[in-house]
Amino acid sequence: MRGAGARYLTVAGFADGVRLSVPAIPVMALFGTAFGAFAAQKGLGLLEATLMSTLMFAGASQFVATEMWTEPITVSVVTTLCLITAAVNMRFMLMTASLRPWLGGLPARQTYPAMALLTEPGWLIAMRYRAAGGTDHSIVLSSGIALWLIWIASTVLGYLLGAVVADPRRYALDLVMPVFFTVMLVPLWSGPRRAIAWVAAGVVAIVMAEYVSGSWYIIAGTVAGTLSAGWLDERA
Amino acid sequence: MSVLEPLGATLLALLAMGVTTFLMRAGGYWLMAHVPLTARVHRMLEALPGALVVAIVLPIAVKTGVIAFLAITAAAVVMVLRHNGFLAVVSGLIVAALARSMGM
Repeated sequence: MRGAGARYLTVAGFADGVRLSVPAIPVMALFGTAFGAFAAQKGLGLLEATLMSTLMFAGASQFVATEMWTEPITVSVVTTLCLITAAVNMRFMLMTASLRPWLGGLPARQTYPAMALLTEPGWLIAMRYRAAGGTDHSIVLSSGIALWLIWIASTVLGYLLGAVVADPRRYALDLVMPVFFTVMLVPLWSGPRRAIAWVAAGVVAIVMAEYVSGSWYIIAGTVAGTLSAGWLDERA
Repeated sequence: MSVLEPLGATLLALLAMGVTTFLMRAGGYWLMAHVPLTARVHRMLEALPGALVVAIVLPIAVKTGVIAFLAITAAAVVMVLRHNGFLAVVSGLIVAALARSMGM
């Protein structure tokens, strides 16, 4: 329990968490707006898009799920959507795992809600706060709630904007997803050797997209990249 | 495959995806206390987001054509130079919109 800080959620910690979230708001709001607009273009309902943001709070997987959304919704459609969601969101496991050493001594009913609302910016906020000597774990939950509310509100805003744009191609809105994902890729760069996984993923995905229908190319590319990373040794 | 109840099907799909996402978030936290992550598994999990993003973006870019490559290149360059996600996304979209307005 050494260094775990207060056992209970505190008002001061909640306020701190909200304050620490402020710098992350513009990108969160832009991403949420972009998702809302994308969902509107793809023919999802406003309620569906808002519910998706509320229940998932995971932008990358929401884009992919919206792209793959097909009616009528059968058992196999739901299964495919869940598989792809799991693949896209597996990265969260690393983030929440890295918070265990700090939060592990706390009661589960306090930590799991915070984990449920964890995103990349929220995780960064928590890690920086902890690295700077912070001990109040309330900031993890409160920054999560703050960013979650921004996410839901911006989804609604984006949807309403997206629904009135008559020609989304003119404003390049059809390219929102690839552009966003590329921007997400830049901070993940950790040298040419690690990028072998990216090359493997790209090649397999392009070939699969050409010859196999559906969105299996995403899974195939990801598996190829991930496996190649696992089988490379760690000398570099 | 059976068609699920139309009214509830959408909600069910959304709920299932929400639960899946929660399991991923809770899973890392839970696993950390019960299973030691080997170096190889850690390396694979680390490589996963990048591989996934590439696998999503590249086929779309190939299908969309030159404009898409212009947009993602502009976005990547701005991101590398300025470390500002907002600016990078907006730049990418502006480049694509301009290229289209010029008839590309």
